[in-house]
Amino acid sequence: MMEIGLNHYLVLSTILFAIGLIGVMRRKNLLMLFFATEILLNAVNVGFAAISHYYGDLTGQMFAFFVIAIAASELAVGLGLLIVWHKRHGTIDLDTMSSMRG
Amino acid sequence: MFEAVAFYLFAFLTITMFYITVTTAQALYALSALAAGMIFISAFFFILGADFLGAVQIIVYTGAVMALYAFGMMFFDTTREVKEKNGNKYIVVGLSVLAAVMIVAIFSAPIISTNMQAFYPMIEGAGNTQMVGMVLFTKYLVPFEVAAIMLLVAMVAGIVLAGKKMDLSLTLLNAEEIQEIEDEKNKKVLS
Amino acid sequence: MEKYLYIALFAPLVSSLFAALFTATPKKQFVGIVASLLIFTAFVASSILLTHVLSGEEVVHVELMTWMATGNLYIPFGFVVDQVSVTMMMVVTLVSTIVHIYAIGYMDHDSGFNRFFSYLSAFVFSMMILVMSDNFAGLFIGWEGVGLCSWLLIGFWFHKESATWAANEAFIMNRIADLGMLIGIFLVYWNTGTLQYDGAFAAFANLDHATLTWIGIFLFIGAMGKSAQFPLHTWLADAMEGPTPVSALIHAATMVTAGVYLVVRSNELYALIPNVGLFIASLGAFVAIFAATMALVNRDIKRVVAYSTLSQLGYMFAAAGLGAYWVALFHLMAHAFFKALLFLGAGNVMHAMHDELDPFKMGGLGKVMKGTMIMMTLASVALAGIFPLAGFFSKDLILEVAFVDHHFIIYSVLLLTAGLTAFYSFRIIALIFHGEDRHTALGHHPHEAYKFMLIAMSPLLILAIIAGFTMKMPFFEMVTELLPATEYHIHSHLTYWIMTIGTQAFVLLSIFFAYKKYMSSNVKIPDGTSKMENSFMYKLLINQYYIPYAYEEYLVKPYKELSTVLWEQVDKKIVDASVDGIANIFYSTGVNTRHMQSGNLSTMLKWMVAGTVALLSLAVVFGLAARYSGEITTILSGLGV
Repeated sequence: MMEIGLNHYLVLSTILFAIGLIGVMRRKNLLMLFFATEILLNAVNVGFAAISHYYGDLTGQMFAFFVIAIAASELAVGLGLLIVWHKRHGTIDLDTMSSMRG
Repeated sequence: MFEAVAFYLFAFLTITMFYITVTTAQALYALSALAAGMIFISAFFFILGADFLGAVQIIVYTGAVMALYAFGMMFFDTTREVKEKNGNKYIVVGLSVLAAVMIVAIFSAPIISTNMQAFYPMIEGAGNTQMVGMVLFTKYLVPFEVAAIMLLVAMVAGIVLAGKKMDLSLTLLNAEEIQEIEDEKNKKVLS
Repeated sequence: MEKYLYIALFAPLVSSLFAALFTATPKKQFVGIVASLLIFTAFVASSILLTHVLSGEEVVHVELMTWMATGNLYIPFGFVVDQVSVTMMMVVTLVSTIVHIYAIGYMDHDSGFNRFFSYLSAFVFSMMILVMSDNFAGLFIGWEGVGLCSWLLIGFWFHKESATWAANEAFIMNRIADLGMLIGIFLVYWNTGTLQYDGAFAAFANLDHATLTWIGIFLFIGAMGKSAQFPLHTWLADAMEGPTPVSALIHAATMVTAGVYLVVRSNELYALIPNVGLFIASLGAFVAIFAATMALVNRDIKRVVAYSTLSQLGYMFAAAGLGAYWVALFHLMAHAFFKALLFLGAGNVMHAMHDELDPFKMGGLGKVMKGTMIMMTLASVALAGIFPLAGFFSKDLILEVAFVDHHFIIYSVLLLTAGLTAFYSFRIIALIFHGEDRHTALGHHPHEAYKFMLIAMSPLLILAIIAGFTMKMPFFEMVTELLPATEYHIHSHLTYWIMTIGTQAFVLLSIFFAYKKYMSSNVKIPDGTSKMENSFMYKLLINQYYIPYAYEEYLVKPYKELSTVLWEQVDKKIVDASVDGIANIFYSTGVNTRHMQSGNLSTMLKWMVAGTVALLSLAVVFGLAARYSGEITTILSGLGV
């Protein structure tokens, strides 16, 4: 219990991931949805870092770096799109985006 | 001992913060809780000896990303409470928990956890930042450069998307001009 | 000689296909003429083959091509022209040529003129295959082919309800019998390993008696259906719904004799199982008198002739069953001539009377239809077996066979039938051509048929007269090269003369009685009031012993009810329901999952997560399966998978 192993980190990572998933599913505000995706990415980062530490391999950390880079670029593009959308429709509610109705 | 205490403390804090982020109805609360959660995540990186990663986490997420979000939020009406219609809460929670349990089951399966081998082992006697630099600029040089280009592209895209008609401010226009813009918009929608 | 064989075989096919080209067009005279010419070509080719066979050279045996060759089964399209099949070929081609020519006149005003010739020639082709095939499979092809053509031709006037009904009845009854025939053929193949006649017959000698009996019975069931023997006889009388040339060709001269041909062809088989032969003979005798009694009272000239055909088929089977195969074949040939003639004459009468078939409504037609009258009278004389016409030599021979073989019951039944035959034949002759004129009152103005039709019929007339005394001995010498040459001579000359003269006297008496009864001026159209018409016997006979009624009541109706039950209970509730159920599963799946595609991004995200969970669970399952693969294999092998 007192000795923190890889499994502890992995469990933490999955708990955070689950929280992120809950956010992805229940949030209807697009901005909040972006927050939830950040949580998902961070949860994975924790897992990578932990594996990297416990196996003495730097690959995990490298991956975490790239994940951060991707998260940053995704955010830049996503926010830009969001602003365009808001300018056009005046709302960023997911339920109003139903032009993909089959 | 110290490690365990720190882990549980930060684990508790991180989970709480993220939980607030996904449940609160106030956008500002969510933003603040997310920023706090990011900082607490960096604590794990420090505990795990990934100093550079922790620093990057704080700089990029809490510094850059949060600032971007904060600016982005200025475009939206954040004072208003976020109203969300939700369907069945149990489906959401159930699916998430199931997914989490599956992932745990997969990772805890011995078939995976025992067969791992370090490709780029830690180098004795070198600091974390130094090691990261050595690996990043040798083995991962190409991905690193690609990521740099990707960031540049994302930056250009962000500016192009968000910067359209930046000089047009509704507050500086009179009623007729606003009406004109509205009409034009309607025309576009109709066509 | 092979050349002529192919001509005889394929000329009818060419004719049929040629006529088929014009089925959709209005009547074209030349179609009939070309078809007749082609059938005549087949007749000429058959005649050349006959002279070839008569000259005593080798039989013509060709193998056109391989039909089936799988494993041990080898069935070629082989054709053989031997003494038996050449007889049949001659009968078939001769009668068909005449019927084709006759039909040009008979079908003159029919809109289906071209179609008729196509069917008729197709029938001839099938019949040629039937008689010329050198194996049971080819025989069966022809057998089914003539059945099909018979169906087409009985139902030729398909807009008539009764015609389609009769066609279906004939077809279905033949199917029942053909099942027996197929089983017989299977048994032959199973036990001998070949379907070639010569191979199979050679192998029969080594088989045990029970197997041979079964083969004989099943083959005979097929013959019973095609030759309309009891209890499958009802279709023949109903088949008279077809055009009269069809009745003459198919239901008198050729197709119905296919059963006799089969028994004659399989003589080596039936020689080994005399008890089945005796059964065939008894059944034949029974059918002979059974049909003759029904003909006594029937009020439809075509049906009377049809019953007479049935009766004569009974004679043929009686002869064949007693082992007198050449006698059966001889009677088949002679019968084909005079019966076709009788039918064609009946067709003339029918034409003249505008499809009126009740002889009681005719009378006195002899004045206007002299030619037809002479032909039909002579045909009837031949049928009755008066010296020196064809029937005397063939039919009395059968009586002699029965007598010589000491089957006196069969003999007396056949003798009695001979009297009945004479009576009913001359009953209709008297009613149609003699006596009071009863038709003018009904508004009929009869006229003689076209001259060329009468001319076309004349070869049959000549043959009906001379076939007996000119052809008996040559025929005997020819076919006995293949068939058992049993000569039937009554030992005592006195008995012979008593028998012959007695039979003749009996027959003549019957004829005289018929004329006396039906030529008198007090013959009236029966209206159901006379004493005779209310007698039990009359009712029994006019209703055909209530057999069609019984079939309808006790076979058709229960079967229909059973079918309805099966349809409603089994088909609808089980078969249809399961098929529909499967379709409904997909349909309802589509209907229900359509809501997934609402276009709402939030819902889509939920589905995405659900998909992730599904994939993850698969990963867990496969991970576990990979880890415990050894144990799983053990368990599964324990279960016997």
